[in-house]
Amino acid sequence: MGLSVPFSSKASRLGNGFHVVWIGMRLEPRLFSVAVLGGIAYGVGMAASGWVLGRLTHEVLMPAFAAGHLDGAELARWAGVLCGIAVVTAGGVLARRAVAGKVMHRLQARYRRLLIRKYLDMPPSWHHRRPAGQLLAVATSDIEATWQVFAPLPMGVSVLAMIVTGGAALLAADLQLGAIGLALLPALVVLNWGYQRRAAPLAARVQALRGEVASVAQESFAGSHVVKSLGLEDFEAERFQRSVGTLRDASITVGRARVLFDTVIEGLAPLCVLAALAVGAVRVAGGDADVGDVVEVAYLIGMLALPVRSLGPVLGELIRAAAGWERLSAVLHDDDAMGYGDRRADGSGGVAISLRAVGYRYPDADGSAPPVLRDVNLEIPGGRTVAVVGSTGSGKSTFASLLVRLTDPTEGSVLFDGVDVRELSQRALADCALLVTQETFVLDDTVRNNVLFGADLSDGAVWEALEVVRLADFVSGLPSGLDTPVGEQGAILSGGQRQRLGLARAVIRSPRLLVLDDATSAVDPHVEGEILHRVCEAFQDTSLVLISNRMAAILVADEIVHLESGSVHDRGGHAEVLARSASYRRLVSAYARSAARDGQS
Amino acid sequence: MRAPERQPEARGGAFAALRQALAVYPGIVRGLGATLALGVVAAAGRVVVPYVVQQTIDTGLRSDSGPRLDYVMEMAGLAALAICLTGVAACLMNFRMLSAAESGLANLRTAAFRRTHGLPMLSEDSERRGAQVSRVTTDVDTMSAFLQTGGLLLVLSISQMTVATALMLVYSWQLTLLVWLCFAPLFLSMPALQRRAAGAYGAVRRRVAELMSAILESVNGVATIRMYGAGRLALAKLDAIVRRHQEEATRALMVSATSFAPGVLLSGLVVVLVVTVGSWWGMDNGMTVGEIFAFVFLVQLFTVPLQTGTERLNELQNAVSGWRRVVAVLEAPAYVDDPGPRGKPLPPGPVEVRFDNVSYAYPDSPTVLWDVNLTLPAGSKVAVVGETGSGKSTMGKLMSRVIDPAAGRILLNDVDLREVALADVRERVTLVPQDGFLFDDALGTNIAWGRPRVTTGDLWRVLDELALGEWVRGLPHGLDTPVGPRGENLSAGERQLVSLARAYLSNPDLLVLDEATSSVDPVLETRLRQAMDHVARSRTLIVIAHRLSTAEAAELVVVVDNGRVVDIGRHADLVVRCGVYQRLQASWRVRQDKAEATSEGGARTTRMQ
Repeated sequence: MGLSVPFSSKASRLGNGFHVVWIGMRLEPRLFSVAVLGGIAYGVGMAASGWVLGRLTHEVLMPAFAAGHLDGAELARWAGVLCGIAVVTAGGVLARRAVAGKVMHRLQARYRRLLIRKYLDMPPSWHHRRPAGQLLAVATSDIEATWQVFAPLPMGVSVLAMIVTGGAALLAADLQLGAIGLALLPALVVLNWGYQRRAAPLAARVQALRGEVASVAQESFAGSHVVKSLGLEDFEAERFQRSVGTLRDASITVGRARVLFDTVIEGLAPLCVLAALAVGAVRVAGGDADVGDVVEVAYLIGMLALPVRSLGPVLGELIRAAAGWERLSAVLHDDDAMGYGDRRADGSGGVAISLRAVGYRYPDADGSAPPVLRDVNLEIPGGRTVAVVGSTGSGKSTFASLLVRLTDPTEGSVLFDGVDVRELSQRALADCALLVTQETFVLDDTVRNNVLFGADLSDGAVWEALEVVRLADFVSGLPSGLDTPVGEQGAILSGGQRQRLGLARAVIRSPRLLVLDDATSAVDPHVEGEILHRVCEAFQDTSLVLISNRMAAILVADEIVHLESGSVHDRGGHAEVLARSASYRRLVSAYARSAARDGQS
Repeated sequence: MRAPERQPEARGGAFAALRQALAVYPGIVRGLGATLALGVVAAAGRVVVPYVVQQTIDTGLRSDSGPRLDYVMEMAGLAALAICLTGVAACLMNFRMLSAAESGLANLRTAAFRRTHGLPMLSEDSERRGAQVSRVTTDVDTMSAFLQTGGLLLVLSISQMTVATALMLVYSWQLTLLVWLCFAPLFLSMPALQRRAAGAYGAVRRRVAELMSAILESVNGVATIRMYGAGRLALAKLDAIVRRHQEEATRALMVSATSFAPGVLLSGLVVVLVVTVGSWWGMDNGMTVGEIFAFVFLVQLFTVPLQTGTERLNELQNAVSGWRRVVAVLEAPAYVDDPGPRGKPLPPGPVEVRFDNVSYAYPDSPTVLWDVNLTLPAGSKVAVVGETGSGKSTMGKLMSRVIDPAAGRILLNDVDLREVALADVRERVTLVPQDGFLFDDALGTNIAWGRPRVTTGDLWRVLDELALGEWVRGLPHGLDTPVGPRGENLSAGERQLVSLARAYLSNPDLLVLDEATSSVDPVLETRLRQAMDHVARSRTLIVIAHRLSTAEAAELVVVVDNGRVVDIGRHADLVVRCGVYQRLQASWRVRQDKAEATSEGGARTTRMQ
């Protein structure tokens, strides 16, 4: 089911985290530098204030307290220096946080735009394999997980600055005592190594599970009408609860690893202070150090405790970043895009379509799926109206999507005016061939924008198209006419109106090939006939392919193509095929016969 | 250009929201007493270090008789022990917090999910699906971070500040007063800052919901967008939403950064003040250097939690903004009121349906059904016919209680539908809509969706009864055929077959088919209908359709026109007496006759000129 993104343990998870950092730094070098400078200012400021306080004690206060007299001017000078440091520190904090956050959100937005482009670029076959909820999770939770690290990162960098500055100050104060403080560093390295080995695969699992939770929710809400009418609410809630429960357990496991790590890190610095005091006492007793040095070292190590603690979140985020990045980049680098050629379709009038030995089978792991279409050879001259009939599951809809290149055949080729459709540019293809299906995709937008759908045409053209599909009266009766919002998935429209809106969208573009796949199935029969009639009138020069078993379609067609079990069973004029083929007769006269029989019984 | 999205949010301040959270999910704070006790131990541990530093310096190092090594070692050893105990306490406390928070949130997610299914069906002003997903995913996530650590850190921060203040008072109440006076402006400005943060984070949550809705819409429409070369249009919309989200998120961040920096500045300045004033004033008032420095340590013990506390308060606002959106779902009125176990029982057997002066209008829309009165006898086969938009689908929704009438009553076996437990209604009445939604799973699983006890044998029995066995046997993997997300591996007609089998398996006493076989080929559809007619079990079958054959085959035909039931009767009678029915018949008949004519009259040019 899920998105095929592996979340097995990988050798270098933290390496991936650093890779994310590297990408972000390259994309936002200037802002990131500002944030890091802010971080450094903060770090140096914190260390410096410790150092200055130490010197103040040592050089001014201790002698002064010993002498019982304090030099006010000197104290004020020191105070001025400390105030300056405080201002720099606060400024640094502001720059670091504000700018780091800006960097983070810029990177998130940048990757969202990339991802959205990817989603729109990928062919429907790619989307068929991926639940929408998973794609939604990648765009939100995974992108957040990936770039969240940039919020604490400048702090991480400035922690290094603090440790270097503080370390130097430590060593300057007392070589031996300073060394105790600096012993923190190797301990940190070892701890981090152990932590990331344990937490990285867990974090990856949490990200994958978040995707699954979103996926279950999205699917269930999308099917809410079925859930309601079958009374499956509790069943669905249990299904959701199961994936939520797995996510909860995984989150607790990963959280515990983090808590343990944070606790140990937090305890390190105070333990170092104690060690320094103990050793310091020995050295003071031995006359190797004086009390001021010991106080200063203790203070400096104490100051280091805060930054060292803040390394924890950075490492935690690095691991999450690696997990998010793995899922994000798997989608971004998925190279399943259906490429386009660069040829234009220069002809005018209806497209002449050729299908040469076309076959299609669904991608299947063991390749055992029977073909949906096999060896279809068909020539449809430009401007012809063809009705494709066939029983449910005969391959009609696959045939339709091959005609407009929503899918590529797995065998053979489809040609427009002698040119393989794979060689046409996307623009040329879109200008040339359109498919309208029975399930109309409706934008959460106005009637006008739903008909135009990006085309740059006048309101007059919109009304004309609405007239062809017999929707003009309905739209002019709406409160704001063309400007009326139709709601998500066209909520204000009935099924038949939605289909007609979808048809108007195609009509307004005057394509050279128009394929209607049961596109008027929800429209009343007499309206349907009238619409098809008008479409035929409006598109004299267009090749029309009507995929339908309905009389309305058969009646307007020049020619019938009868598909059965994925191949062309028969073709020709309606009467001709009717006379020749018993299965065709059964198909088109089923309603009449059943009505007659029911009438007798 | 879009309709303004309705995104309900609960009102009230952060603490009101928290109280609400505790009322709904006491589990979030399960065992809070023990957790807090551990927290106090952890907080107390943090005070050990400055005390030891002060003791070591003053009593140990600076004692008149030279450094007292034994004393220093003893103190350091004790302190080390205290730190380890603190660590263990903190660890345990966090573990408990983590489990409680995650379990509470998991329950919350599930409750919100369940509740979302109780919201009214997608209509003009209902919430977009992406936004619904955001409420059970990212909105809950915002609470996770706060509840796991933030909430406790907030409590810890406050207790640490209290302990630090108490100790500072021991050293010098004057200096303590000074410190508090300095921080007074910060405390006073906090409510205003919090309000700003709340507004900013609320906006971010709304943008996230908007973003998810827009992405979902584009993913669903990717085939159409691609085919129409309308990628630019879709991208323009999405890019604008991404940008709006980025702007709001950055703004929220600025609010938080600008409320944090003054705290840092103030902390630095207060230390300076304490050192200068403390030594100036303390020298004349008997404070030692050690005491002054212990005081400086304590000031830091005071300011660090002050800073992180501000931070946690911002996180709290973020969590509350997510919480508000989740709570709004929990509190939203259900689409229909469920009497639950108190409901009246629905008499067993086939169901008689009675509409008693029923009218209906969708929210903010004109009335679609006017004053409908009709009785459909138990066990009858009824066809409801009428033009698109005549209100026939609404009748289907009403009798399956997907919606409630605006006026009048629907009675099943003489019981008002609103008085029957919803679970009963769902068991006895099934509506099959035109677009049969399939879940991303195997075909057999889809038919048996929600019925874990159904066996493969049951599935085949149902399929064979419906004359669908042949079709399923012809599929690549039979019942195990994966249908793909939204069932897209199957054609529209095949999806309808699965939905129909699913409804049939649930064995309802009233089955309402709303254009449920519109995409199925005529031969199969006819066979299906005959199969359903012949199945032994008698049930009431109501078919909403626009096909002649359906109406002709029905025992009773309900003719709907412009929201009114204009006639009820047998096909043969209606043909004679009902003008609307004659009109419908005529339009159907014309098409059918044409077909017959073509089939008899041989080839003819069908291109309409």
